[in-house]
Amino acid sequence: MSPNLTYVAVVGVLFAAGVILLLERSLTRVLMGVVLLANGVNVLILAGGRYGGPPIVGTTPEGEMSDPLPQAMILTAIVITLGLTAFLLALAYRSWRLVGHDEVQDDIEDRRIVELAERDAGLEVEDVEDDDEGTS
Amino acid sequence: MPACAYPGRVLVLVGVHAVMAVVAPGLVRWLGRRALYVVALAPLATLCWALARTNDTVTESYAWVSQLGIGLDLRMATLNWLLVVLVAGIGAIVLAYSVRYFKPDQNGLGRYAAVFVAFAGAMFGLVVADNLLLLYVFWELTTVFSYLLIAQDPTRRTNRRAATQALLVTTLGGLAMLAGFVVLGESAGTYRWSELEANPPTGGHLAAAVVLILIGALSKSAIFPFSFWLPSAMAAPTPVSAYLHAAAMVKAGVFLVALLGPTLGADPPWRPLLLATGVLTMLLAGWTTLRQNDLKLMLAYGTVSQLGLLTAVFGGSSRNAGLAGAALVLAHALFKSTLFLVVGIIDVTTGTRDLRELSGLGRRAPALAAIAVLAGASMAGLPPFAGFVGKEAAFDAFLHGTGAADLTVLAGLVIGSTLTVAYTLRFLWGAFADKHQQQTRPTTIATDWLVWPGILAVAGLAVGAAAKPLGGSLDHYADLFPDVGAAYHLAVWHGFTGPLGLSVLVLVAGGALFHYRQRLPPIKLPFDGGTAYRRVMNGLDRAAVETTGATQRGSLPFYLGVILLALVAGLGGILIGSAPWPDDARAWDTSLQLVVAVGIVVAAVAAVRALRRLTAMILVGLSGYGVAVLFILHGAPDLALTQFLVETATIVMVVLVLRRLPAKFSERPIRTSRVGRIALGIGVGVVAAGMTYVAVGAREATPVSEIFPELAVTFGGGDNVVNVILVDIRAWDTMGEISVLVVAATGVASLIFRRTEALQRRRGVAGPGVGPSGQSIILQVVTRLVFHPVVLFSVFLLFSGHNAPGGGFAGGLVAGLALTVRYLAGGQAELTAAAPIDAGIVLGAGLLVSVGTGVLAMLAGGQVLQTAIVDRHLPVLGDVHLVTSIFFDIGVYLVVVGLILDILRSLGAEIDRQEVAAG
Repeated sequence: MSPNLTYVAVVGVLFAAGVILLLERSLTRVLMGVVLLANGVNVLILAGGRYGGPPIVGTTPEGEMSDPLPQAMILTAIVITLGLTAFLLALAYRSWRLVGHDEVQDDIEDRRIVELAERDAGLEVEDVEDDDEGTS
Repeated sequence: MPACAYPGRVLVLVGVHAVMAVVAPGLVRWLGRRALYVVALAPLATLCWALARTNDTVTESYAWVSQLGIGLDLRMATLNWLLVVLVAGIGAIVLAYSVRYFKPDQNGLGRYAAVFVAFAGAMFGLVVADNLLLLYVFWELTTVFSYLLIAQDPTRRTNRRAATQALLVTTLGGLAMLAGFVVLGESAGTYRWSELEANPPTGGHLAAAVVLILIGALSKSAIFPFSFWLPSAMAAPTPVSAYLHAAAMVKAGVFLVALLGPTLGADPPWRPLLLATGVLTMLLAGWTTLRQNDLKLMLAYGTVSQLGLLTAVFGGSSRNAGLAGAALVLAHALFKSTLFLVVGIIDVTTGTRDLRELSGLGRRAPALAAIAVLAGASMAGLPPFAGFVGKEAAFDAFLHGTGAADLTVLAGLVIGSTLTVAYTLRFLWGAFADKHQQQTRPTTIATDWLVWPGILAVAGLAVGAAAKPLGGSLDHYADLFPDVGAAYHLAVWHGFTGPLGLSVLVLVAGGALFHYRQRLPPIKLPFDGGTAYRRVMNGLDRAAVETTGATQRGSLPFYLGVILLALVAGLGGILIGSAPWPDDARAWDTSLQLVVAVGIVVAAVAAVRALRRLTAMILVGLSGYGVAVLFILHGAPDLALTQFLVETATIVMVVLVLRRLPAKFSERPIRTSRVGRIALGIGVGVVAAGMTYVAVGAREATPVSEIFPELAVTFGGGDNVVNVILVDIRAWDTMGEISVLVVAATGVASLIFRRTEALQRRRGVAGPGVGPSGQSIILQVVTRLVFHPVVLFSVFLLFSGHNAPGGGFAGGLVAGLALTVRYLAGGQAELTAAAPIDAGIVLGAGLLVSVGTGVLAMLAGGQVLQTAIVDRHLPVLGDVHLVTSIFFDIGVYLVVVGLILDILRSLGAEIDRQEVAAG
């Protein structure tokens, strides 16, 4: 099958735009990145299927139908993206309610471990406690 | 003991321990510490059962995981019998002793009783397991229970640390042992020891198996270099030490050596390894014992020393050495647990275990002192105690042995025994002698407490006296070894022999060593394997921190960047290197595609550059509509319909939330990282485009969907192939998808509705103060007018979807958008009027209907989700063509409606309410 260059270009641009937004810290931008990426993936899948008329028996002769299988996959993907978008939105809103912005912060615990590694120290959790009473 | 000849099964006895462990906490709550007497019945029953079968061989076998060669194969021969008697007998006595050891209101006594009896059961299982893998299971069970018993008081750091140390060291050994078992079992084709014994495997890998198994055995029995965990484990309550660290668990390693010795003893690494580590451990630990001031630590190091002796003796791998080892195992268990119990009594009644503080205890507690002297005599090897009988046998085995280096080993044993005599004397002197004016005044020692160590001490004497009949029984075990020279028999008196001379020498030298103890050079031995353990643990800790610090930076863009870089580098490399680039390509199928594509590209690029949230979202939506147009042009009306609806729903949803967030995005980070992001984005875009190009070009095979149109009509009963794929051919995918939707909706609701009572509002009960104020009446009236036709249309889409564009997804989205319009026009009140039902119920009902369709098909005798086609002529309605998959699609429809309803209630109404509440 020969590739459709228009689709190839659309896939490239949607992926690039999606990734740039995905790498931002603002959850709203991340969300839009996800939507763009999802559209890019859908076009990618579409490009893999044959071009033709609607795959409805009786409307289009069987030999001229577009490939229905990628379409079913894309349909599933579209609706899942809707659910994911809603979830990300709820996350962004919750983050805004809690800390006043919707930015993804660095994990504080992870930062602490990075600092330990830079100091060349171990965790030594046991040594932090002070309840040593000796043996019985 | 005829009363004990009940027909008990081994498996039942193990089960009795398990049941007792389960009920023990309840018993303790009911009866207090006296419940321990009841708990002791489990090991007591086992003891009784074993004593009635002194010279029998009991075998049982039950299928378990036969594919892996694991069966519940149980076997009690002479050696197992000896260990069963020790494990059960001392277990029962120590439990009874514990009644007085603990205070009546002791915390965690129920836990103690349960874990203790569970341990006894696991130990019992270990010594009667005939299957190596089953043995491993019990082996690790004892490790786990010992961990819990050492950390009896988990609030103490010492306890936790000691428990962890014991756990790590013995588990590590256990894993090595498992590997050895697997090598052994796989090369022989069986994991049953009795079969392996009959047909010993041969081959080069046997040496590896032997070394691995010995690592397990030596670590469990605290042999050098694994000795350090045992003295640390003295943090456990003294009854636990008496049982686990004298009689039972540490004997597991020795038991394994004894069990495997007759068969594997002739293999090259076996004998030298055991002799060397055993003697070395005996000497090092014996010397260290002399330097201890804590009575319990003295016993701990003494135990390590004695375990070294046992290992070396069994390592001798001859008939007489085996016999000596068996006798010594029995003797050691009896005297060492007695001494531990004595130390427990001293500790509780005087408040100290330090021999520098104790003085004059012998005169104040003569009975206790007498018991300790009886046990000490056995430990030192005085006739006619059990310890003497065993040691004589050991001396004889090595004196008349034929193996290489036997005399060197004998010298080591003699020196080690001298140290034993010296530290025994020092122990007795330290605990009971008059040393200084400050007399120790113990509290009263109850007789029903003292009786338990008393029984054990007297047993040590009785075993010595009954050496001949006992030896007759133990001979069955010893005879398993390949015969070397004349058979030795246990007895107190053999006449004036070489071993007797050695015994006398040991006693005299030990006495002298004790007498001149002050003049001993203060050599601190590099005995401590604990340093290595700490280094390894610290190294692991550091390595974990470094690895985590290097890889887990805690930054989401960093993680995504790494993943995407890997994508670009990996896939990009393949694309450049080896991908089959197609020769021909089309610019487009119709030139309209190019026009739409330009629109999509412009919108997407502008969305990236937008500074305002709303602008960005509208641009993203525009590019989405563009994709929908591409779908139409491609010949995919279902996709286009769904994409249009979803994009619209997304925009509404985003706007609902965005009106609460600041209009502009926050400041972007520094420029350098921005350039990097754009570069990475373009890189991924190029790779994705290349991937599309190559993947599409590489498609040569006939698509599976070639036959779908025909299948859709004949099996699916529908003309719309895409819809039939969704509800029939690939219905499982759709089932998974709607489940994801339900989960997502639940996630949204739980993020927005923070309290359970707030969920009431999701049912549509309007919150106070959120009226339809500020909304257009005309809009409301118009939406009410169009609402019902739109919903009707959605139902039409649902039902016609099987044969024309539409279906459950599209229909559900249309109905959802109708609800959205009602909400936008009139707020929560209008939404409640339009859909007075909980979103959760709609979601659940949808999932139920879909799953139910599948289940019904199965109940009707078909496959899950199989479609049935019913064609009937009905009056009035005419010809009806009913396909059962429509019910599946109804479920999909309901789930989608539920999702939108949930979003409106959460992201719309509840956010409104929270904003109003927050002012």
